Amino acid sequence: MLKRLAQTAGFAGLLAALLLTLLQSLWVTPLILQAESYESAAPTATHSHAEGASAHAHDEDAWAPEDGLQRSLFTGLSNLVVAVGFALMLAGLYSLRAPGHSWQGLLWGLAGFASFNLAPAAGLPPELPGSAAADLLLRQAWWIGTAAATAGGLALLAFARQWWLRLLGLPLLAIPHLLGAPQPEVHESLAPAALGQQFIYASLLSNALFWAALGLASAWLFSRGQRASRAGK
Amino acid sequence: MSTSTLSPSPSLALPLSQRLLLALGSCLLGAALIYCAGFAPMEIVHNAAHDSRHSAAFPCH
Repeated sequence: MLKRLAQTAGFAGLLAALLLTLLQSLWVTPLILQAESYESAAPTATHSHAEGASAHAHDEDAWAPEDGLQRSLFTGLSNLVVAVGFALMLAGLYSLRAPGHSWQGLLWGLAGFASFNLAPAAGLPPELPGSAAADLLLRQAWWIGTAAATAGGLALLAFARQWWLRLLGLPLLAIPHLLGAPQPEVHESLAPAALGQQFIYASLLSNALFWAALGLASAWLFSRGQRASRAGK
Repeated sequence: MSTSTLSPSPSLALPLSQRLLLALGSCLLGAALIYCAGFAPMEIVHNAAHDSRHSAAFPCH
C-alpha cells in the first residue's frame, strides 16, 4: 500500500509538474518577466509594499537563480516539489476513498483546484511582482485557512452521511470570504492593469489544467496499482 | 460529487485505522513539501521558487 501510494504520488506529481512547467514557460513566466521590467524601471526599491507592511525586507545579496535556463530549472524543480506534495495528499485520501474509475480523478482534481486556487484567488487574486499587498504572514495565514476550510467543506458536502453534517460544509466554504482576505490600504501595481488581468487568467487556467492532469493521473495510477495487487493475490 | 460515485473500494486490505494513519501521514508530508517550496520565508528558497509561487498564486513578497 505504501509503495503504491508513493508510486502514485511520484509519477502523477512528475507528470503534472511537467505540464505545468510547459504551460508556465509558454504563458505565465513571460508575463512575470514583463512585470519585472516595470519593476526594475521603477526608481524605488525592487518590490513595492503597502504602508505598514515594510517589516519584511529583501536581502539583495541573497542568491537567486540567473535569468534563463537556471531560473527555468529552479521553477521546474519547485513545481515538482509542490506537485508531489499535492499528489501525496490526493493519494493519501485515495487510501480512504479509492476512486473506482480514472475519470473520478477529474472530480478530485476539480476539488483540489477549488480548494487551492479558486477559493484563495477570490480574496487574493494571482499577483504579478510589483503589486502592493498586505502583510505577507497575514496573507499566508488567510490562504492556508481558506484552502483548509474549502477542502474540509467540500469533503463534508461530498462524503458526510448525515444531512446536518453535509450542511455544515456550506458555512465552512463561506467563512473565509465573510472574514475577508487581508488587503493593502491602496491597491496599486507597477505593471499595467491589463497585464495583471492577463496574469490572473494565465495563472488560473494553467493551474486548472495542472489539477485536471494531477487528478486524472493519480486516480489512474492508484486504481491500476489496486488492480495489480488484486490480481497478484 | 456524490457518495455513490466515490464509494470506498471493498478490496482495500488495510483496516480503517491504518488507512486513516496513512492518509493523515501523507497529507502532512505533502503539506510540508508545499510549505517548503511555496511558503518558506528563507530568501534563497523564495528566490529559487519565485516564479512557481507567483504562478500558483501563493502569497509572495
